[in-house]
Amino acid sequence: MLADTGAVSVMGCSASGGAGFALVTMPADSESVRAGLDRALRSSPLRGLGADDRDRAEILLAEVLNNIVEHAYRGGKGEIRLLLRMESGRLCLVIEDEGEAMPGGHLPAGTLPDAACLPEGGFGWFLIRALASEIAYARRGRTNRLDVTMTCEQ
Amino acid sequence: MSIEAETEGSARIIRVGHDRIDAAGAIGFKERIRDLIPGPEKRVIMDLSRVNFLDSSGLGAIVAVMKLLAPERKLELAGLTPTVEKVFRLTRMDSIFTIHPDLARGLGHAG
Repeated sequence: MLADTGAVSVMGCSASGGAGFALVTMPADSESVRAGLDRALRSSPLRGLGADDRDRAEILLAEVLNNIVEHAYRGGKGEIRLLLRMESGRLCLVIEDEGEAMPGGHLPAGTLPDAACLPEGGFGWFLIRALASEIAYARRGRTNRLDVTMTCEQ
Repeated sequence: MSIEAETEGSARIIRVGHDRIDAAGAIGFKERIRDLIPGPEKRVIMDLSRVNFLDSSGLGAIVAVMKLLAPERKLELAGLTPTVEKVFRLTRMDSIFTIHPDLARGLGHAG
């Protein structure tokens, strides 16, 4: 688990302490996600981002975290751990939870719903895939781990 | 933080005072708006100029309001802030709403 390790590797971004590295943990409910997102945006890796990158990171994180609340924990209790690091113009994220595994062990395709059908949902994974440059999912024991990188443009 | 409504001519104006429409608030948002649009006005213009953040749940809630009004009445949006505009553009939902730069122009006043 992230909280127990001194060093983790995120898509080739090393995160063994140092500046620009933050760990944000939160209970798995939508109010706590709102507060956790606020803490993440004020953390050292994110507070220096330009407005556009900050907006993109906030949308990306909100979708990932709320998906864990709604689908992995299904409204039940649990913890979400979010590790953030900026490296070489990329925002590197690791998100872990102990909720249910991804169905089939795979990430959702994130197909864009047809706007003409007036969809009320199904946008979450589309937005994540549209904003992220790399995504990887692994289930280890009872833990879901998502590695996400977002290329910063500013 | 509030949502208020008034009628101007043939348009119902919904002023959204929330900073965020997100997963934590989307259901309450939809229910509050539903209570504010009982009238006959053909146009409903939602002023989102004070909303700084919208996620997919918030987007779904706005689409749900549009569906509550359809087919006789129409939901239009005004004053999208940059993050909100991004979500509409990325999901291409900007193609199904009439989006005004601000409320005054939505009402047809000279901007």
